[in-house]
Amino acid sequence: MAPTTTIRITLAALGLAAASPALAVTELQWWHAMTGANNDAVNRLAEEFNAAQGDYKVVPTYKGNYGETLNAGIAAFRAGTAPHIMQVFEVGTATMMGAKGAVKPVYQLMKEAGEPFDPNAYLPAITGYYSTSKGEMLSFPFNSSSMVMWVNKDALKKIGLGEAPRTWPELFAAAKALKGAGFPNCGFSNTWVTWLHLEQLSAWHNVPLATRANGMDGLDTTLEINGPLQVRHLANLAEAQKDKTFDYSGRYDSGFGRFTAGECPIMFGSSGSYGNVKGAAKFDWGSAPMPYYPDAPGAPQNSIIGGASLWVMGGKKPDEYKGVARFFTFLSDTNRQAALHQSTGYMPITKAAYEKSKADGFYDRNPVLEVPLKELTNKPPTENSRGLRLGNLTQMRDVWAEEIEAALAGKKAAQQALDEAATRGNAMLRQFEKQATPR
Amino acid sequence: MSTDRVTFGGRLLPAALIAPQLTIVGLFFYWPALQAVWQSFQMQDAFGLSTEFVWLENYRALFTDPGYYRTLGTTLVFAAAVAGLSLGFALLLAAMADREIRAGGLYRTLLIWPYAVAPAVAGVLFGFLFQPGLGIVARGLNDLGVPWNPLLNGDHAMILVVLAAAWKQISYNFLFFLAGLQAIPASVIEAAAIDGAGPARRFWTIVFPLLSPTTFFLMVVNVVYAFCETFGIIDVLTHGGPGRATQTLVYKVYQDGRIGADLGGSAAQSVVLMAIVIGLTAIQFRYVERRVAY
Repeated sequence: MAPTTTIRITLAALGLAAASPALAVTELQWWHAMTGANNDAVNRLAEEFNAAQGDYKVVPTYKGNYGETLNAGIAAFRAGTAPHIMQVFEVGTATMMGAKGAVKPVYQLMKEAGEPFDPNAYLPAITGYYSTSKGEMLSFPFNSSSMVMWVNKDALKKIGLGEAPRTWPELFAAAKALKGAGFPNCGFSNTWVTWLHLEQLSAWHNVPLATRANGMDGLDTTLEINGPLQVRHLANLAEAQKDKTFDYSGRYDSGFGRFTAGECPIMFGSSGSYGNVKGAAKFDWGSAPMPYYPDAPGAPQNSIIGGASLWVMGGKKPDEYKGVARFFTFLSDTNRQAALHQSTGYMPITKAAYEKSKADGFYDRNPVLEVPLKELTNKPPTENSRGLRLGNLTQMRDVWAEEIEAALAGKKAAQQALDEAATRGNAMLRQFEKQATPR
Repeated sequence: MSTDRVTFGGRLLPAALIAPQLTIVGLFFYWPALQAVWQSFQMQDAFGLSTEFVWLENYRALFTDPGYYRTLGTTLVFAAAVAGLSLGFALLLAAMADREIRAGGLYRTLLIWPYAVAPAVAGVLFGFLFQPGLGIVARGLNDLGVPWNPLLNGDHAMILVVLAAAWKQISYNFLFFLAGLQAIPASVIEAAAIDGAGPARRFWTIVFPLLSPTTFFLMVVNVVYAFCETFGIIDVLTHGGPGRATQTLVYKVYQDGRIGADLGGSAAQSVVLMAIVIGLTAIQFRYVERRVAY
């Protein structure tokens, strides 16, 4: 740690100590990126916690989208005014982990605060993403989603399909039929192109995306996104793009409206789009697990999560950490988790909350909300499906998307595009490694 | 030009008079610029926990990256297209609006409006119009048999960002061209008309040369605009894609610095960008200005 930072943190701590009179309520700042109904849920949680006890006051503040919140937190840390709790999206995990001294690992926090904490109470497919290879939980999962296939059931009926395609070959065939049945511009499409066609694809088929357990075991990881499965899949997509059996909808999620508007009858997207689909789709809809290649051994494996977790920032006072730990215990309560899951559509983080929702008959009424959970818990996670920990993943996703776009446009062969994506990505990983470990 | 100059007696008063301006320029221009230069010699992690002085390593990485030269080429094409298109259209509109026509004031006012539109909003507007499947213009193009798809076709994406960026700048150029046209003495043009020169000839032999100081000034401004201020449009419309077809220098600075949290590398790019813009402006003043008749 640079000496100036230490001084800044010390000064900030002294300043706080001087400013807060004895016995006053300790404020805990919580920066988050939730909007709309999810923002209400965040505020409600804080209110309930504040009402339930008198020692601490959680103050939630909206700081913009995920990227903006992370940047705001980083800038605040540099200025010595970081919040106590920061919501960081899953691809920012390696960035946060690399910042030793800037963050307080959750397992340490809970131990020091003496809060009851059993890592096994949480769904391993979710906490695995945020834990070290030894199973130590670094950040507290908050809102988790996964990738699902959203389908227009009315459209499927037109081509005589009673249920969604289960394998990729079935899907390509269905999309071709849909193209002739009133969807000339788009048989199927997707949002978050790299999340689906590289990250989830690899985990779902139990093949590595990168060495060292997808980066979980060390910074010296290299990409394996140019393996036979990924190349074959991209080649299939590029072929389907030619006649719009598949039609590309951009790198992020702005293309999701093509599903709700009825232009694309099948669309891959976050399970967190539940509220969006429910509000906007004017047809009979549903969701299904991602397809797989039936000849791939062991497929389907399990999917990996998206969404965000709560990171505790470093350099705060022990008393404040006690408050944060109590807040996390409060969040883990089974009834609260179940209610949060059922109202927002995000996944429950504890096994008990999942069981409770099942027992309540919630999934009989809302089968769509169980699809991502079934994907996640399909099989016990392996090295290839526990999660990803790649430095600079936000920007690396753009680089991968650039190469995928070149393949879809027919400018590069699938193998060449993914080879170049791997080469460029590896350069970024080495850069991250250099920055993260002082020589 | 007269050589008489008004001079101040003391030194204190002139210093006090220019102090506010110098303070602002120093604080908001030179200080950040120097910071960028300083950062470009460093390598840092996102949180600033470890900082290492690496001399010219960031620059070396930049200049050995073939992708960077491609981005430079993209930027030059983009800047030339934006400046050419917006200057051409603005001049045409100004020449038309300069005539005696009914409700001329109304046209002139309306033509200035787009300048008040923020780049990001201009991007959103063009995004709506040109979105495949939903946009009106995109649908029209498809009906005409043009397979419009800026999401995958790099040329289409480039055309889209050039149109949006040029459209946004037309108003500004129009304003200056109109003022320039109105400053040209009517007697000269009338004399030419009496001598039998047609409108086209009058424009090219009288109006255009007399307008050259304005054109020159606008050229400098437009090139700087295309280089540095079009970030919002690109971010909203294409994110620099597809592939890297619309990644300009300033967009790459953002991608590497803000998304990639590589402050040193992106600072080095800013410094290079700064040098390029200064260089281009200097060249324009040195060589183009010679051919300008004031």
